[in-house]
Amino acid sequence: MDVFLNSIPALSDAFALILQPQVLGYLVLGVVMGLCIGVFPGLGGIAGLSLLLPFMFGMDPILGLALMIGMVAVVPTSDTFASVLMGIPGSSASQATVLDGFPLAKKGQAARALSAAFASSLFGGLMGACFLTVFILVARPIVLAFGLPEMLMITILGLSMVAILAGRVALKGLAAAGLGILVGTIGEASAGGSLRMATYDIPYLADGLKLVIVGLGIFAIPEIISLLRQDSSISRAEKLGGSWFDGIKDWWQNIWLSFRCSIIGVVVGVIPGLGGSVVDWIAYGHSVQTTKDKSNFGKGEIRGVIGPESSNNAKEGGGLVPTLLFGIPGSGSMAIFIGAVALLGSGQIEVGPAMLKNNLDITYSIVWLLALANVVGTLFCIAASGGIARLTTIRFTLVAPFLFMLISFAAFQSGQNFEDLIALFALGLLGIFLRRFDWSRPAFLIGFVLSSPVEKFMNQAFQIASFRFRESAEAGYAYVFSPIVIVLIIITVVSVVLGLRQAKTIMAEGDIQSGSKRAPMVFLLAVLTYAIFAYANAYAISDRLMTDKIIPLIIAGITIFCCLIVFIQMIRAKETDVLFADREFFGEDADAPYGLWSTLAWFGALLALTGIFGFIIALALFLVSFLHVRGGLRWLHALVYSATGIAFMLFMAWALGRDFPPGLLQSYFSLPWPFT
Amino acid sequence: MKFLHKITLAVSVATMGFAAQAEVDLAGETVEWVIPFSETGGSAKWANFFAPLLSEALPGQPTVVVKFMPGAGSTKGANWFQKQKNGDGTLIFGSSGSTQFPYLLNDPRVRYEYKDWNPVMATGTGGVAYLNAESGAKFDGSANNLQDINFIYGSQGATRLDLVPLLAWKMLGMNVEPVFGVEGRGDGRLMFERGEANIDYQTSSGYLKGSADLVAEGSAVPMMTWGSLDDNGDIVRDPTFPDIATFKEVCEATTGCETEGAAWDAWKAFFVAGFPSQKIAFLPQGTSQDIIDTFIKAFEDVKARPDFAEISAKRVGKYPMFTGNAANEALGKATSIEQSAKDFVVNWLEQDYGVKLEK
Repeated sequence: MDVFLNSIPALSDAFALILQPQVLGYLVLGVVMGLCIGVFPGLGGIAGLSLLLPFMFGMDPILGLALMIGMVAVVPTSDTFASVLMGIPGSSASQATVLDGFPLAKKGQAARALSAAFASSLFGGLMGACFLTVFILVARPIVLAFGLPEMLMITILGLSMVAILAGRVALKGLAAAGLGILVGTIGEASAGGSLRMATYDIPYLADGLKLVIVGLGIFAIPEIISLLRQDSSISRAEKLGGSWFDGIKDWWQNIWLSFRCSIIGVVVGVIPGLGGSVVDWIAYGHSVQTTKDKSNFGKGEIRGVIGPESSNNAKEGGGLVPTLLFGIPGSGSMAIFIGAVALLGSGQIEVGPAMLKNNLDITYSIVWLLALANVVGTLFCIAASGGIARLTTIRFTLVAPFLFMLISFAAFQSGQNFEDLIALFALGLLGIFLRRFDWSRPAFLIGFVLSSPVEKFMNQAFQIASFRFRESAEAGYAYVFSPIVIVLIIITVVSVVLGLRQAKTIMAEGDIQSGSKRAPMVFLLAVLTYAIFAYANAYAISDRLMTDKIIPLIIAGITIFCCLIVFIQMIRAKETDVLFADREFFGEDADAPYGLWSTLAWFGALLALTGIFGFIIALALFLVSFLHVRGGLRWLHALVYSATGIAFMLFMAWALGRDFPPGLLQSYFSLPWPFT
Repeated sequence: MKFLHKITLAVSVATMGFAAQAEVDLAGETVEWVIPFSETGGSAKWANFFAPLLSEALPGQPTVVVKFMPGAGSTKGANWFQKQKNGDGTLIFGSSGSTQFPYLLNDPRVRYEYKDWNPVMATGTGGVAYLNAESGAKFDGSANNLQDINFIYGSQGATRLDLVPLLAWKMLGMNVEPVFGVEGRGDGRLMFERGEANIDYQTSSGYLKGSADLVAEGSAVPMMTWGSLDDNGDIVRDPTFPDIATFKEVCEATTGCETEGAAWDAWKAFFVAGFPSQKIAFLPQGTSQDIIDTFIKAFEDVKARPDFAEISAKRVGKYPMFTGNAANEALGKATSIEQSAKDFVVNWLEQDYGVKLEK
């Protein structure tokens, strides 16, 4: 009880520290900077914090904290703009928001979706802070109770959401998730360093693929291409329905869902080593399971937006626990945050276990600055959402080239290689096919995101368990089947069983008609071939390095099995069966005035030109010709539009100290920035 | 490439007889300091400590950002750095003992060559091994009472810096099972805190930041440090931890452990390669001398700060910092090793862990 009694004066000290005009001013400044960076997909808090780092040395601690927290806190809020309005998952915090947020925008209800998302974010952030204020005092033993078997089970719980999102043909969803995991294992294994589906001759592959690129490729590119072919606006509605006020009303009607998801967010965020990747999916799965009428998920169900958005800001708060109490950052931006905290003042704040004993007032200040930053950021965002939602009424052909510009830039930031752009294109192509033939893209993304944690936790838990079993069977079972693990297993089993039963009604990809047999079969065989290659490739790794080969072997095996069964079913089924779902046959894509390949070629041309002339020159050529030829603008208009877009891009890159992809031209001539 | 442009300018000015160094100006640039480990380890703390100081000391006060590129126990990041050619001063690489060891042991994954790189600064560190409370109670300055305990240790890999603790524990006759694939020493410490591992070691900075608190609250007991080298090359107590015995002392007190012979020589050789000049900052190959000199000068300025001794003792421990030529010498010690020591370790790694390396 003493712990709690001591905390009350610390809490009031914290509020006295925070509620100074100067501190609030710095907080707002941080929030505004964070919002500007956050609307840019793929940059996130790391870029912003790095920008602030040099100013932190010797700065008054509370002011420095206000500035940094203001910036970090709003990134998961503002990246909602990109995911709802354009279907671009800006960061791992907005993967699941895309699923229902973007369809809502297509229905002309972008403002409603946005404000519901922001209200949920705000509520989640505040709930997270309240929960943490008490929880942080007793968090340490609870966090330490989450060992490797527990973390493995949480990861598996996240993976089990595949069952819900698998789509109408469960085996195809499973194969998509398997493919996602296999793509996630590409590169050097973290345990033994063996290469999987990669060679040292292509160092890019040896590094593995980054989440930003996979997210953009699998979700954003197929949507952009599809919309572009139809040559309409994002919103199909005659006029925009659903004002920002409706969104807040939606959130209020689902406040308990929002409450539960924010608790899920804090709790999962607290566990070090998991990060935010699982939270979204668990919250989305929970939203689906607790909704009576599930038929709208994937087509624009507001609860599909409220759930994940409530959890992801709460998760940021939860993530403070491992950061502050253990000095172990839950994300890249938190790592920079720790580094920056040590620079503040005379370095008296030591992140680590001492934070609770010596700096409880600072700890509380951090927690509540985060909450306050959420409030400020959300108010800004809600205020802006009505206006920004009008973007969805603009003819998409005029928006698309700038989206191509944004996603290419975002992809390049992840690895600073030209190969980033090639990978983006390749994954975009994969995404287009997954979408076309109704293979669940969310399942693929879940598989990819959780691939490396599953592998890591599985191998390490297995090793420790085998030591324990050697000691005694009891010690082994006690380790593997702790109460937490058992609870998690039950939740997982229940959610898989419920999920499979419901999956048929939840069309993560919308309703798709079946067409001819040939194209869907060719794609299936392509997936099968890749899985077989991956199996053979993993099989060739030495048995001494079992840790590096076991997961690819098992997953490739499962994927091959699923594909074979679907293949047999396909041979027997009639061509109107759901197995042969094909968007090119019926619906919007089939009726689109422009073909797939000619549209994709525009994007390909941008990348090819970049390879020759570097990004900025290529972009200028691309924008002007696209706007003129495809957009039908007059040359002068096309020029002005392009110049504005490029100027914006240059300003952002300049402010953040970022480079652009170079091409062949740059390897012969040294040009001044931004043409580098 | 804007910078390259500036450099060509700087070089042409230099040939005209002006001091080139003054022309190196990094104003508005972002210098990336790449660390081939995750955000949680000692190298991260090391780089995060130096980055802002370096930023202040470099001409033009560029932003210095620490970037993490973990993977394959740091060979991934080092292989990447080997391919970098942008010697325009916007990229530094921080290697650690875990990068040095695979290089010394001809690990097949190593695609990097230290001789190609340009060292600008090196610092040493120490290491502290500690036990959980239960086995700590049995520790009496020797490992005699620790022989029957099954120890589990979260390890980054047997060919890494972990080789030094693993070999030391083996020489003491202790039964330590490593769990491989841990991504940084911070993750190893967490495994220890969760009770999944019951023995751990941290480099000095990691120990000061995380483990010292565990010792203070009684859930960990320090066992030994690796010690520090005096001017004669003998192992003495670590100045950062004068109260903790060295491995040498513990070994002498333990039945069956000898401080001479093949095993000891090999352990000491790898300790010297891995700790007293453990962390080295490099500029990529092909960097011009002006830029190298600029960075050396900057690190010298950092070292000359009046408050340097004070702030560094708290953050990274009391160890010498080498710049310029001294850094080159430190690199030489860290990347060369006697054949006999290497043979011993290669045999041991194959016997105990099945790791096949070329001799």
